[in-house]
Amino acid sequence: MKSIRVDLQLIADMVAPDTRALDIGCGDGALLAYLTNFKRVDARGMELSQAGVNACVANGLSVIQGDADADLRAYPDDAFDYVILGQTLQATREPREVLRQMLRVGKRAIVSFPNFAHWQVRLRMVFGGRMPQTTSLPYKWYDTPNIHLCSIDDFRALCHDMGVRIERAIVLNSKSRPIHMPPLLANLFGEQAVFMLRRD
Amino acid sequence: MLQDLTDAERMALAQCRYAVLGDGRPLRLDCGVDLGPYRVAYQTYGTLNADKTNAILICHPLSCDQFVAERHPVTGKEGWWESLVGPGKVLDPARYFIICVNVLGHCMGSTGPLAREAATGQPWNLRFPVVTIGDMVRAQAALLDHLGIPDLFCVIGGSMGGMQVLEWAATYPKRVFSAVPIACAAHHSAQNIAFHEVGRQAIMADPEWKGGDYRLHQTVPARGLAVARMTAHITYLSEQALQRKFGRALQDRNALGFGFDADFQVESYLRHQGSTFVDRFDANSYLYITRAMDYFDLAGAHGGVLANAFRGSPTRFCLMSFTSDWLFPTHESREIVHALNAAAANVSFVEVASDKGHDAFLLDEPEMFRTLSGFLKGAAAVRGLKETT
Repeated sequence: MKSIRVDLQLIADMVAPDTRALDIGCGDGALLAYLTNFKRVDARGMELSQAGVNACVANGLSVIQGDADADLRAYPDDAFDYVILGQTLQATREPREVLRQMLRVGKRAIVSFPNFAHWQVRLRMVFGGRMPQTTSLPYKWYDTPNIHLCSIDDFRALCHDMGVRIERAIVLNSKSRPIHMPPLLANLFGEQAVFMLRRD
Repeated sequence: MLQDLTDAERMALAQCRYAVLGDGRPLRLDCGVDLGPYRVAYQTYGTLNADKTNAILICHPLSCDQFVAERHPVTGKEGWWESLVGPGKVLDPARYFIICVNVLGHCMGSTGPLAREAATGQPWNLRFPVVTIGDMVRAQAALLDHLGIPDLFCVIGGSMGGMQVLEWAATYPKRVFSAVPIACAAHHSAQNIAFHEVGRQAIMADPEWKGGDYRLHQTVPARGLAVARMTAHITYLSEQALQRKFGRALQDRNALGFGFDADFQVESYLRHQGSTFVDRFDANSYLYITRAMDYFDLAGAHGGVLANAFRGSPTRFCLMSFTSDWLFPTHESREIVHALNAAAANVSFVEVASDKGHDAFLLDEPEMFRTLSGFLKGAAAVRGLKETT
């Protein structure tokens, strides 16, 4: 089995073995396959692209076609130990409702997202006067799927508003390596972040 | 139980197996009638392994039967799912013990309106009790009991076969390790009932039908049944498929005939579909089987909540639909997926892109084969089924 992307590995490390997990936006199923094979997790997936879903199911993974905004509602409370949303929150129509649903369906939620307050983003906006394009935000303003971008501090504030407990927060640099800095600096130098949340 | 068979039944039973069940312990039908003894015709491919863990039940759709992967005894045509079942195929008899049962009420050897009522010795015809998808499935379960098969590695079927798969999973969750309902729905829609009603009315309007007693009068309501088949056949195709196949091309002529012959190829095609159907299908059976589909409403049978049909289900599900299927459109499969999610069941769902309409599930659809193959591989690994038996 080939190794998985660094940010997926970080998420995988947060998941305890022999649990139940739902990966929303599971793509080609790399994380699902890892969790199933190496952590004996009962892992299910949801993916918007038909090609992704078909690839997953053809590999023996349990995946349905669906999206976080519409299809999380169908699941009962506490159906999973973890609900995972990797690099997708910023593309949902109602991020706050999606987070609420994740923490209803799962005991814990694991969320990763690009940091819109990264120094490169700030520089491009302030001095370039143009919508920022970076490695983690590669799109033009008119074709981006990212409609609800936020900074790491924005996300912390939302968790606070929602009364959600942050169990872990890992900030990553542009090479997807964890960096350890006080929050103010992390919000400047972190390119993306991975949060593990639970209901308070 | 083998007197008074039709020629088609005789040919069918000579090429498959059958069991006479319900003698002393009749089948309680949904309509309240106790049926027994009754005959169940079935075909098998492959061998049951020592652990009895490799059995796959294929549930056939309305116009197919138990001859899944071999030359049909009546029509001489190749099996209806030979693209899927056979050596080296996704459902390989070298690995699986594959069973397909002719459904109750059908006309290829299982008990239906063609049979004689045990009590009176008279042909059932329209006095045959109306059977349901649930009755069909209970008869299949009784056959498995008879064969000593405790549970199924997989139950798979499309269209009416998919309905049976859902019924199996809901009624016998512990006997179904994995379930693959394809191009189907948890209930028959108003539009689908409407099309079936047109077909039934065509049969009943045929003067040769004789109130269902045509065999007594030695007639055949061939025109009515052919029209029913023509109507249904249109619903199995998509607009694109019809357009691609026929367009406005003329049949055996260079100009319009200014009459009512089959000027267009599509007319000729439908007429052919209708007339050949009569050779292998019984008109009364058609009434009964279409009725069974109309009556199917899995949520209705579980307090109006579809998820209740699957609470605590240990079964692994894989649903498939096709983009151009307007008879059982994708949203009906998605409804089932949502119910399975609500019941926290293990479910996969794939919508296959195809312009071939409802019939796509019977055709060469590599995406469907890949999905099914991957799903079964995953299920087999969990079940501990070896690569070869």
